Amino acid sequence: MSQAPPPLGTPVLRHEGREKVTGTARYAAEHTPPGCLYGWPVPATLARGRVDAIRAQEALALPGVHAVLTHDNAPRLKEPDDPVLAVLQNDRVPHRGWPVALVVADTPEGARAGAEALRITYETAGHDVLLGEDHPGLYIPETVNGGYPAVRERGDIERAFATAPVQIDATYTIGALHNHPMEPHATTAQWDEGGHLTVYDSSQGSTKVRDSLATAFGIRPQQITAVSEHVGGGFGSKGTPRPQAVLAAMAARHTGRPVKIALPRRQMPAVTGHRAPTVQHVRLGADLDGTLTAVGHEIITHTSTVKEFVEQAAVPARIMYGSATSRTAHRVVALDVPSPSWMRAPGEAPGMYALESAMDELASALGMDPVELRIRNDPANEPDSGRAFSSRGLAACLEKGAARFGWYDRDPRPAIREEGPLLLGTGVAAATYPVYIAPSSASAHAAPDGSYRIRVNATDIGTGARTVLAQIAADALGAPLENVRIDIGSSDLPDAPLAGGSSGTASWGWSVHKACTLLRRQTGERTGPVPADGLTVTADTQQETAEESPYARHAFGAHFAEVAVHSRTGEVRLRRMLGVFAAGRILNSRTARSQFIGGMTMGVGMALTEASTMDPVFGDFTESDLASYHVPACADVPEIEAHWIDEEDPHLNPMGSKGIGEIGIVGAAAAVGNAVRHATGIRLRSLPLTPDTLLPYLL
Amino acid sequence: MDPSRGRDDGVRQPGATGDRSTLTLQINGTERTLTLDHRTTVLDALREHLGLTGAKKGCDHGQCGACTVIVDGRRANSCLLLAVAHDGAAITTVEGLADGDRLHPLQEAFLDRDALQCGYCTPGQLCSAVGMLGEAADGFPSHVTPRRAPVSAPAPLGADEIRERMSGNLCRCGAYPRIVEAIEDVAP
Repeated sequence: MSQAPPPLGTPVLRHEGREKVTGTARYAAEHTPPGCLYGWPVPATLARGRVDAIRAQEALALPGVHAVLTHDNAPRLKEPDDPVLAVLQNDRVPHRGWPVALVVADTPEGARAGAEALRITYETAGHDVLLGEDHPGLYIPETVNGGYPAVRERGDIERAFATAPVQIDATYTIGALHNHPMEPHATTAQWDEGGHLTVYDSSQGSTKVRDSLATAFGIRPQQITAVSEHVGGGFGSKGTPRPQAVLAAMAARHTGRPVKIALPRRQMPAVTGHRAPTVQHVRLGADLDGTLTAVGHEIITHTSTVKEFVEQAAVPARIMYGSATSRTAHRVVALDVPSPSWMRAPGEAPGMYALESAMDELASALGMDPVELRIRNDPANEPDSGRAFSSRGLAACLEKGAARFGWYDRDPRPAIREEGPLLLGTGVAAATYPVYIAPSSASAHAAPDGSYRIRVNATDIGTGARTVLAQIAADALGAPLENVRIDIGSSDLPDAPLAGGSSGTASWGWSVHKACTLLRRQTGERTGPVPADGLTVTADTQQETAEESPYARHAFGAHFAEVAVHSRTGEVRLRRMLGVFAAGRILNSRTARSQFIGGMTMGVGMALTEASTMDPVFGDFTESDLASYHVPACADVPEIEAHWIDEEDPHLNPMGSKGIGEIGIVGAAAAVGNAVRHATGIRLRSLPLTPDTLLPYLL
Repeated sequence: MDPSRGRDDGVRQPGATGDRSTLTLQINGTERTLTLDHRTTVLDALREHLGLTGAKKGCDHGQCGACTVIVDGRRANSCLLLAVAHDGAAITTVEGLADGDRLHPLQEAFLDRDALQCGYCTPGQLCSAVGMLGEAADGFPSHVTPRRAPVSAPAPLGADEIRERMSGNLCRCGAYPRIVEAIEDVAP
């Protein structure tokens, strides 16, 4: 039976794993065409104002420095589709870290020395960088990220809340968070004599990079090839092209040589996006049996003066729990700060921290088990829209997780489990993430020797996209996996959407499935052998994905965490964590497990170590590198287990899959925070839970 | 002349201006002689001058471990080493771990355990793990080694020891549990 494809779900080994463990997988900055120069961006050192003058003589006199690009001499762009790409076009400084120059030299050392030798003077204007609940600039946007309405109301929440016998009214805050993928954003750009631009770009979707660069440079998309073959993580920050792509292409045009730019780590927080800080006001009103009667989730957040991006943190409260009344609302203020953007589960990750912490507070106030409280309020239909769920596995995840974790052994009273100087506790929280899908195209080619070649511009940012798409193709073709070759990661392949919104596998996979299904039908209908030059079928899912589903489609999950809090230092150590997810059909159990655990791990960082402070004087993120911004290290991450329930959902796509890249982080921080509260009796409402924040309550 | 273009110094002779030196590195068993800017790190020498891009640049400040290689038998962050100060050093990179087509047992274990996702930290994790196993065999203690453990005897490597000793290598994809399992598979 070696000729049969492995059934979907098989733990197939990662396709490009061998290249990655031998160091032969090439990332964007690892392409060095002959004559390649190196660019070093120069960030603005003030938060608001304009560039007065840039004196470049000393820099240009340094050996090996080829050019200094500034707004005075950089190529003029057409209006880019994203204003963060409009670099070196005028003298305006909208935030600290905005690129004001680029030094190009024949070595990285030379470019960096040139950047240090630039003499830049600025005209400063007063800046405004602090988010506060009484900021006069707060306004209600039309929509928030994801295209959702900013405000939704159902029933009279004020009355319902005021008359509820049990009320929780609490405000939770999370500072800015940074994606910090291990591979810094990088681009190698080269123009050929015919005016064709090739960029090797570290991106989550090179079709989008091609189109954005075409708009910015006023050329046709066909004149650009954007390659993102291997990408060292993105977590949203590479979902849209970043300034280094434009700078590299500009510099390559200006110098007539290939130019490579890899952003220095410390420049990343200012120009590659961040999770915007949120202040979240949650009100829950419940009857004595735990039935919710009022759910209020109102948030404020910041955006930049460059563009409006509104973290949709109040949106998950529209989905999670039933209640007769609800108000979910967002307000935003444009500050002189870097532009926020996507970071793993934008909206859901911060929003569910607040909502799931509040649910834990409600369970405590009711004297009710927090698992039971959530199951009691599990709605039959999506509360906000009234639509039926295509599938909703929340209760199953909670029940299975509680059993596996040993949840019910717990004594619910806080601060009573001691182990020497340690206080131990356990916590639970729920997770949710919507099902997104975007149109994609793909081609499938059958060769006479029985091999197949699938082409689709998917991007593998570490998800295992290559592997799972090959599995989908083999399954649809009824062919053995080793006969299927998959090409991804270049804009010369059939257009495809980016790896984002946990939608990649569903979107790309659907087009691959469709092309392969059509090809299989064609080859099946033929009487003779496959012709010498093979058979090719191209398919796109424009029509299938345009139809809005009558169902509310979301993945769900539950996290369980155990922590130990040191009673004398305030240090919180995670002991173990267990997640159970309901995300449709899992297509590769090996890579899926890795993604779930990865999301949970990032959630542990959000809970315990990741903090970014906006310095009011300099107008900058203080923790801008990996020495100061503490992403979890190996010793911070003990046993983390991820499980799932088998979910059959016929309303998704031909594979029956929901996205899995983001749900792992959603609710993870709340589970840890709830465990800290159980361990210590202390309810902190601000992340991260660092020793200095806990210690005052422990002494 | 475009005033934004700097002067072109052309190719320099070794040592001609006092800002370059000629040195020899033993890379994965092969001698490589290079004339390098004194500011060039071992990492940039590997990546930009020798085309060995297995060692990764994640932070260039010794904070992330992606650039870890093995220098004279011990792991080191190659972004913190100036090449000029390492004339004659023997360096093993991820490209030198396998024996021809036969992967190093750690490389096999990383594949089996799916101890990687984006793969960018992976070469550093692998070189770090090779170095770490050597340190443990030589009796180096770690922060979590029991105080009464015999000095200089090989340190037994449980999961806690591995986690502690591998904490200089960050992984943003969160592959840590898998990395620890993979190293446990290979550790004595």
